[in-house]
Amino acid sequence: MSDAATGRVTATQPPTATPPDGIRRIRMPQRLRNLEFWLLLVACVINAGAIVLVQLGALGHIDTQLVLLGAGLSVLVFALHIVMRFVARDADPFLLPIATVLNGLGIAEIYRIDIAFGDSGWESASVRQIAWSGIAIIAAIATILLIRNHRVLFRYTYLSGLVAIVLLLLPLVPGLGEEINGARVWISIGSFASFQPGEIAKIALAVFFAGYLVRNRDSLSMVGTKFLGMRFPRARDLGPLLIVWALSMAVIVFQRDLGTALLYFGLFLVMLYVATSRLSWVVLGLSLFLAGALIASQTLDYVHARFQNWLEPFSDGRYDADPGGSYQLVQGLFGLANGGLIGTGLGRGSPDITPVPQSDYIIASLGEELGLAGLFAIFALYVLLVARGFRIGFAGQDDFGKLLGVGLAFVVALQVFIVVGGVTRVIPLTGLTTPFLAAGGSSLVANWIIVALLLRLSDTVRNHPRLVIDG
Amino acid sequence: MNRELKRVSIVALLMFTALFVSTTIIQYFAADSLAADPRNSRTLYASYSVERGPILVDGTPVAFSQASDDDYKFLRVYPNGPLYAAVTGYIPVNGEATGLESSLNDYLSGQDSSQFFDKINRLISGQDPMGASVDVAIDPVAQQAAWDALGDDTGAVIVTEPATGRILAMVTKPTFDPNTLVSHDTDQVEATYEGLLADPSDPLFNRATGGDMNPPGSVFKLVVTAAALESGRYTPESTFPNPGQLTLPGTDSIVINSGGGTCGSGATVTLADALRLSCNIPFAELGMELGDDAIREQAEKFGFNQAFDIPTPTEESVYPRGLDEPQTALSAFGQYTVRATPLQMAVVSAAIANGGIVMNPNLVDGVTAPDFTPLEGFKPTEFGRAISESTAKTMTEMMTNGVESGAASNARIDGVSVAGKTGTAENGEDDPYTLWFTGFAPADNPQYAITVLVEDGGGLGQEGYGNLIAAPIAKQVLEAVLNK
Repeated sequence: MSDAATGRVTATQPPTATPPDGIRRIRMPQRLRNLEFWLLLVACVINAGAIVLVQLGALGHIDTQLVLLGAGLSVLVFALHIVMRFVARDADPFLLPIATVLNGLGIAEIYRIDIAFGDSGWESASVRQIAWSGIAIIAAIATILLIRNHRVLFRYTYLSGLVAIVLLLLPLVPGLGEEINGARVWISIGSFASFQPGEIAKIALAVFFAGYLVRNRDSLSMVGTKFLGMRFPRARDLGPLLIVWALSMAVIVFQRDLGTALLYFGLFLVMLYVATSRLSWVVLGLSLFLAGALIASQTLDYVHARFQNWLEPFSDGRYDADPGGSYQLVQGLFGLANGGLIGTGLGRGSPDITPVPQSDYIIASLGEELGLAGLFAIFALYVLLVARGFRIGFAGQDDFGKLLGVGLAFVVALQVFIVVGGVTRVIPLTGLTTPFLAAGGSSLVANWIIVALLLRLSDTVRNHPRLVIDG
Repeated sequence: MNRELKRVSIVALLMFTALFVSTTIIQYFAADSLAADPRNSRTLYASYSVERGPILVDGTPVAFSQASDDDYKFLRVYPNGPLYAAVTGYIPVNGEATGLESSLNDYLSGQDSSQFFDKINRLISGQDPMGASVDVAIDPVAQQAAWDALGDDTGAVIVTEPATGRILAMVTKPTFDPNTLVSHDTDQVEATYEGLLADPSDPLFNRATGGDMNPPGSVFKLVVTAAALESGRYTPESTFPNPGQLTLPGTDSIVINSGGGTCGSGATVTLADALRLSCNIPFAELGMELGDDAIREQAEKFGFNQAFDIPTPTEESVYPRGLDEPQTALSAFGQYTVRATPLQMAVVSAAIANGGIVMNPNLVDGVTAPDFTPLEGFKPTEFGRAISESTAKTMTEMMTNGVESGAASNARIDGVSVAGKTGTAENGEDDPYTLWFTGFAPADNPQYAITVLVEDGGGLGQEGYGNLIAAPIAKQVLEAVLNK
């Protein structure tokens, strides 16, 4: 384990320390930030354009009110940009514009669906989404400002683990939890909104996994018996894997949320693999999870139904089954097919036929109106976002930072895969939000914090060029 | 650590690759089949937003879209609505389309894959999307003549071109005005539709291609005659015993000839006379000798027991399976559970007129993109050979005799030889008869095949018969088209 992973902020690396008088004016031109500025400008223009196109397509005229609300968000995003000019000068210039454009496209499509539903004002999902975006971006600014060095988080490894578990258990507390669409993953905060604490929990989990694995990687990776060409861990080292597995299974059984369970478990496995470089963990973990999922699909009705819908969505029996039938899945496919290669154009499709087109099915809605071309662009943005995260992992200096960067990037990738893969029949459909795009405050806040953490990590990486290249 | 990182990033890339592939499959490769799913309401919605192509009869629209100031953007208009209702069908704003509006929806709404590049061109050049226009084979003179000739009777008239299968006229009555079902006042459309649905005369039925299927009665004797001649064991001169009544083996059922008595005066009767005079007893005897399998085989060669798409789907006409001997006897003169559409009987007549080859009946001549490039030819296609050329020739002579000096005499036209066969089919014990005529003209050079169906005995209950009601209708239509 390298020294850098001890999490101590030493005086020898003052990225924000006040330089002595006289040097202040001789500043390096902020090339990365300037690039970010122009990209952000493009992102905001795309977002404003998307909203205007929605209005022209669905309303036939331009309504300045929502454009103004959207402009408010642009101001916040630029505020984040300016903050970074001071506290994270060398951060990755692509992350913020990508998050901005995805968030904006999501708002435009949610707004388009509000128009179809006839919702307006505070009742409409788009206005709430804009409000939540504001909160999320402010949370990102706060994260950047508060966490000046990611190694601080290393100190809170076990606290993060505790926070994650508490957040996960919250929806099960009587009186606080709320069941929506059969999944018990929400808590209600007054009449304002429902909150999905599991979204925030994934960040806490990533921090916990990174910290825990960096601390214990030796015992997890070095010892064990060799079998079938792979070194398998000792029984007593299986503890963490079994605990996370049990946690995932509990999420499936008690919260009825397959997607979240898959997300947490996948995140853990990947981080475990990166930390220990032992494939045997992955083999063990995947076998455990598949066994669990298989048992769940045989014993839990809702899981069984999900598998049936996946295998034969077009059969009349599945299509007409209510609840738990494949109606939504099939309508989503119809929507995507309707979009074809180039889409119907914003505001000109019929995404509102599909149930919950603004949250779980936002990708089908976008696919219908922007077509395969639009979806490819969106996927490319995700790929770029995830790649920037992995880049931090590759270039990172300390193991904790590397693991955290990879974990955060992978959790975004895995979440996109689970939800979009579910909508497009790659895997059985599970309820999860599409990062940045889907309507939902908790998801937005979580993903913007992830972006803030990645920005912070990338800033550290650039500030401290690696001297040692390890294999 | 970086080696593992590389592997994980490959896994992440593979996950995204899966998404790229899955969306490509759905949005490109499977898009057409998903759009064709009857549960896909988007296909219908999509058809409103474009200027739907017109349906043309001889260059004149019988259905077109007119810009409207509301959300639906276009109003579908059917000039001469009731006359062409059976052809065009209708496309309501919140319901299921019928007729060509449904079966050619992809073309009319510009959604067909063959129109993809046209769509892109229009998108780039800033033109509004537009559907293709459909030219139908209908001959306006024949259609109007059929409409007029049928008068107020409940029934259908269908005229086809024997050599090609093109449908030149298709009229069904009572009918409806499609304009009343495509108005944008959806409440009113709903009320109109409910009214039409509840109407005991079933105006929404297309009796030419379906509806409450009727027994073909004596017109089915053409199929049995064809089976007999094709077997090689019979000629028009083959004879059958000629009793005044026939008790079916093993039952108390008695078959009589229409009007009672024997078929002509002899002790035996020839096949030619039995068909000319349309006698039931000889055909019951012939049917039992041939057996139900031989009759079914012949019927299926004419298209029974399968549905034609014209391209609008039609009901299949039925020659049932597993008949015993008395049932076979009854089915040999088109009773028992034999059912036929006028379209099917028109196909039988047209095949005889066409030297034995069955052409697929077809309403559409072609589809033309908005930029005037033809999209799909709808060329005449063969269904198959039903009978040999010599059988066809023999049957043409027999049918011509039927009109000249037999039971179909009211279809006679001065100066033109008409081949024809009438039918008077029983329904329930006391129910009115179903009246038929099927035939073609001129017999020596067939241009038009026609089938007339009149339900409810033409208003005469059990007093009406094919030659009285149906044959004159056919005559009137044939005269109109031959005098063009």
